[in-house]
Amino acid sequence: MQLIACPWCGPREEVEFTYGGQAHVPYPDDPAALSDEQWAHYVFFRDNTKGRFAERWNHSAGCRRWFNAVRDTTSYRFQRVYRVDDPKPVTP
Amino acid sequence: MAELLRTHPLEAWAAALAELPDEVRITPEPFVAMVDVRVPAAASEGLAVRGTPLPTAPNTWTPTADGRMVWLGPDEWLLTSTGTVPHLLEEELRDQLRPVGGTAVDVSAQRIGLRISGTRAREVLAKGCSIDLHPRAFPAGRSAQTTLGQAGVVLLSLGEEGFAVLVRSSFAGYLASWLLDAGLEYVPLG
Repeated sequence: MQLIACPWCGPREEVEFTYGGQAHVPYPDDPAALSDEQWAHYVFFRDNTKGRFAERWNHSAGCRRWFNAVRDTTSYRFQRVYRVDDPKPVTP
Repeated sequence: MAELLRTHPLEAWAAALAELPDEVRITPEPFVAMVDVRVPAAASEGLAVRGTPLPTAPNTWTPTADGRMVWLGPDEWLLTSTGTVPHLLEEELRDQLRPVGGTAVDVSAQRIGLRISGTRAREVLAKGCSIDLHPRAFPAGRSAQTTLGQAGVVLLSLGEEGFAVLVRSSFAGYLASWLLDAGLEYVPLG
């Protein structure tokens, strides 16, 4: 089992964490102005990246904070963890 | 301390726990008042609550005059007190924290404490906990929210005195059974 480094608690076992889907999906500025199709895109449509993917994770069995992580979806390796208010890191 | 007319969740396990050898001493702690404190992270630095500064370093706890103050998150702490009735402690903290935008909620019924000490305490805990509990990595004053067996716990290092485990009351029986099983190999035969 791999360890995931929570930005607050440090490295912990993977079972303590919950997956939260793609990160950096901004809430629409004016939701009422969106068409049904645009709203559906915001709610349901997510990237299906092969390789490095920025995701939301929650340390649910520990400090219960959300954070973001860049994970390689082919190897499952975590490459970077960062706090939700930090910008998306530029990865090579 | 305030007399609370309740049945301790570990009453049924007390006799079995008492039979464990000195290498693995597991004793249920009595009820204490516990209050969950939320203070905006920006206002928490250096803020003293009931005379003790909030521990702002992650995974730490500090002793207070009559209890403990445990870091639960960047804006969340757990404060315990043996000398105050839960609802009075909640009121007192709420009054103190209102000016800085903080909140206090009585969570005394949520968790119960267990004290685990003895020379084998660390080995027993290591059977169900992935955190490095060696004194070098987990000295007195360190805390961790993690899982022990299948139960979510708050683990506190008391240094020489062993560990304190705060577990949800409804999980306390499971955890006691788990600890009895984990400590079985240190019980002398016969």
